[in-house]
Amino acid sequence: MHDPLRLHVRHVTTYDYETPVPWGLQQLRLTPQAHKWQRIINWTLSYEGAQHEATFEDQHRNTVDLVSVEPGATSLRITCEGEVEAIDTAGIVGPQAGYCPLWLFERPTPRTEAGPGCAALVDSVKAEPKLLLRLHDLSAAVAGAVRYETGVSQVGWTAEQALDEGRGVCQDQTHVFLACARAMGIPARYVSGYLLMEKEEQDASHAWAEAWVPDLGWVGFDVANGISPDNRYVRVATGLDYGEAAPVSGARHGTGGEKLSVSVEVRAQ
Amino acid sequence: MQMTTTFDEMWGRGMGQSQGHSATASDDGASGGPNSRSSRMTQAQTMYEGLRPPYAAFDAWLKGENPGRLLRKQHEAEEVFRLTGITFNVYGRAEAAERLIPFDIIPRIISGREWARLAKGIEQRVRAINAFLHDIYHRQEIIRAGRIPVEMIARNAAFLSKMIGVEPPGGVYTHIVGIDLVRTGEDEFYVLEDNARTPSGVSYMLENRETMLQMFPELFSRNRVRPVSNYPLALRRSLAACAPAATRGDPVVAVLTPGLYNSAYYEHSFLADKMGVELVEGHDLRVVGGRVAMRTTEGYKPIDVLYRRVDDDFLDPLNFNPESGLGVPGIFDVYRAGGITIANAPGTGIADDKAVYSYMPEIVRFYTGEAPILQNVPTWRCNEPQALRYVLDNLHDLVVKEVHGSGGYGMLVGPTSSKKEIATFREKLLANPGNYIAQPTLALSTVPIFTRAGLAPRHVDLRPYVLVSPDGVTITPGGLTRVALKKGSLVVNSSQGGGTKDTWVLEE
Repeated sequence: MHDPLRLHVRHVTTYDYETPVPWGLQQLRLTPQAHKWQRIINWTLSYEGAQHEATFEDQHRNTVDLVSVEPGATSLRITCEGEVEAIDTAGIVGPQAGYCPLWLFERPTPRTEAGPGCAALVDSVKAEPKLLLRLHDLSAAVAGAVRYETGVSQVGWTAEQALDEGRGVCQDQTHVFLACARAMGIPARYVSGYLLMEKEEQDASHAWAEAWVPDLGWVGFDVANGISPDNRYVRVATGLDYGEAAPVSGARHGTGGEKLSVSVEVRAQ
Repeated sequence: MQMTTTFDEMWGRGMGQSQGHSATASDDGASGGPNSRSSRMTQAQTMYEGLRPPYAAFDAWLKGENPGRLLRKQHEAEEVFRLTGITFNVYGRAEAAERLIPFDIIPRIISGREWARLAKGIEQRVRAINAFLHDIYHRQEIIRAGRIPVEMIARNAAFLSKMIGVEPPGGVYTHIVGIDLVRTGEDEFYVLEDNARTPSGVSYMLENRETMLQMFPELFSRNRVRPVSNYPLALRRSLAACAPAATRGDPVVAVLTPGLYNSAYYEHSFLADKMGVELVEGHDLRVVGGRVAMRTTEGYKPIDVLYRRVDDDFLDPLNFNPESGLGVPGIFDVYRAGGITIANAPGTGIADDKAVYSYMPEIVRFYTGEAPILQNVPTWRCNEPQALRYVLDNLHDLVVKEVHGSGGYGMLVGPTSSKKEIATFREKLLANPGNYIAQPTLALSTVPIFTRAGLAPRHVDLRPYVLVSPDGVTITPGGLTRVALKKGSLVVNSSQGGGTKDTWVLEE
C-alpha cells in the first residue's frame, strides 16, 4: 500500500462555439506541483485554438497559464497529459507552503458561507473531541447530506444550495465540507486533481478538501469516496474554493452558445 | 459598470469607492476637531500662520496693492478656473459647474526650514508604508512580532489575498502617495490620513500655481518660491523607473481612466497630457503576446507602466469584479507574470485603512527603527481596558468613532454633544468597546484668505504629493492646501464651502 503508484493522466477540455469567437481568455490551473509524495515524471499542457500569454504562480502556489482564444476560433481544445508517481501518506500533505497565512483559510467565501444546513451538520459532529476523527465524521456527514449524483448541480452552486438540494458532485460536497470546517474555526481549502478509479474514462476531474490539523498540517478528506487521499490521487491546484482552484476558467466575447466536453483518463502504469 | 463620483470624492480613494475617508477634518470634522457647528475650535489656541516670518515679503507686497485690483484679480482667477471647468463641462455632466472648486488668491506660505522637516517626516512615513505593504503580502513579520493584531488584517476588506507573494517591479507598492496633514503649532504637524490608493487633486496643485504665475508674476520675483511645475515630468520618470522586466527600450507609460463620466477625468487627461503619455480606457487595452497592449493605428503596442485611476475591484473582470467594464481582463495575470507595472499596486488600501491608521507610529518604528517624525492624531483603541477607562472619563472632550465606520455615522463629537447624547453613547461604547476608537480634538491652524472686507483667517489642511521609485522618494515642495472658506469652519470639503490655495515653499 505504501508502494509508489505511477499514474498516467490525460485530461482534455473542449469548447465548441456556435459562432466564431472574436476574443477570449482562459486561465488554466492544470499543472501539478512536485511534492515529497508526488513526483512529476513528465507533464505537458497543450492547446488548439488558443495561444499562450502568461504563466505565473498564484498566491496558493498553483501554476497558472493564461491563454487567449485565437480570434475567429470555433473550437478550443486544452489537453494536459503526463505521468505522476504518488505515494500514500494517509492524506497528510503537511506544512503550509508559500505566504498565505492560515487565517485566510478560516474565512468563508461566498460559495462556502455556512447557513442553517451547515450549522446542523456541524452540530451533528461537534461532540467528537479529537479533531482528526471529527473531520472524518464531518466528511461522512457531508456525504450523507449531499448524495453524489452527476448532472444535478450547477457550477456556481453554494454549499447551502447543495445541502438544500441534497445532491451534487465532488465540488459541491467539498464546498459543504469547507463551509462546515471553517464554521468550526478550522482552516480548510479546496483541492482539484485526479483520482485513479476502476473506470479509467471519467467525465470530470476530481475535487476534495484539505483541513488544517495541528501537528500534522494539511490533511486531505475526499468526501465523495469517504477516505483520505492516498497514492491514487494527483493533486493539481488548491484554493479557498472552486473559483480559485478551477482547472479552466475564463471570459470571452461573442453571442453564440458553447458546448463544453471534458474527458479525463487516469490509468495506473 | 460605470461609477460616478462627486468632486468631493476626488478626495477619497479615487474612483468607484463609496467609502469616505475616515480621519480627515473635512469628512466628519472629527479627528481634526469638532465640526463647523462647534464654537470650541475658535476658542481654542489656534495658530495663525499669516503672521509668521515666511509671509513677510508677501505682506510687504500686499500692503502696496490696491484692494480693487486684488478683487479684480480674484475674479480673473475664478474666470480662469471657470474656463478650465468648461473644458471639463463639455464632456461632463450637467452638474459639472458644481464641481468647480473655489480658488483663493492669497498663497499659503511655508518656509524652507519648516518644509525640510516635514519632507523628512513624509519620506519616513512613505518608506514605512511600502515596507509594511511588502511585509503584509509576504511573511507578515509585524503580526508575528505581535506589533499589530492579526484581526487588523484578517478582518479587513482592504486586504487583497491575490497579492500574497507578489513582488511588484522595483519593489514599489505606492508609486504615488498623498499624505493629508494639519498643523497645530510651530513644529506640530499631524497626519490625518495616508492616501495610498489613488490620491487625487494634484492637477489643482499645478493649476493653482500656474494661475498665480499668470496673475502675479511680480510676486515670484520678490519671493523665491520652489517650483512645482516639474511634477508631471517627475511622475513620468518615477513611473518609468518601476518598469517591469519585460520592458524593451524606453518604458511606455499610460494613464488608465474609468472614462469621461468619472469626476476626476479632467485630472486624468491633464496628467497624461502633461506627462506626454497616452490616456487610455479599459476597452483600448487587451492582453496581446503576454503583454497588456493598447490599440494604435499601427496595431497593438505594449504598455510597460500603467498609472491606473481605476480601483482594484474594477481593474480586471477575470480576476476581480466580473461585472467591471472599466478594466482589462487578464491584466492581473500579466502583472503577476512580470509583464506590466500597475501603479499603485493592487492591495495598497490595507495601508491607508482607518483601523490600520492608529498603528502607523508602530508601523514606522517597526520598519525604520526610528521614532516617527510626523505625529498621528493620538488614538485610543477602546478594546484596551486602560484606553477605555480614559475615554469614558473624557467623553466630553473626545471624538469617538466606530473602527470600521465611515462618513461620520455612529460617532460622538464630545465637545458639541449634550449630556444626554454623551450618556446614550456611553452605553453603546460599554456594550461593545472593541468597536470604537477615540481621538482628541485638534486646534487646526488658520491662514489668511482674501475677502471683500480684507484678509480673514480660515482653517486649512495640506496634501503633499509623494512619488516612490527604486531611485528614491520625491516630494513636490508644497502640495495642495484646502481651505474652509466659511468663517470658523473646519470643513475644507469643497461641497461645504471648501476651496484651494496655491501653496508656497520658500527657498531658504
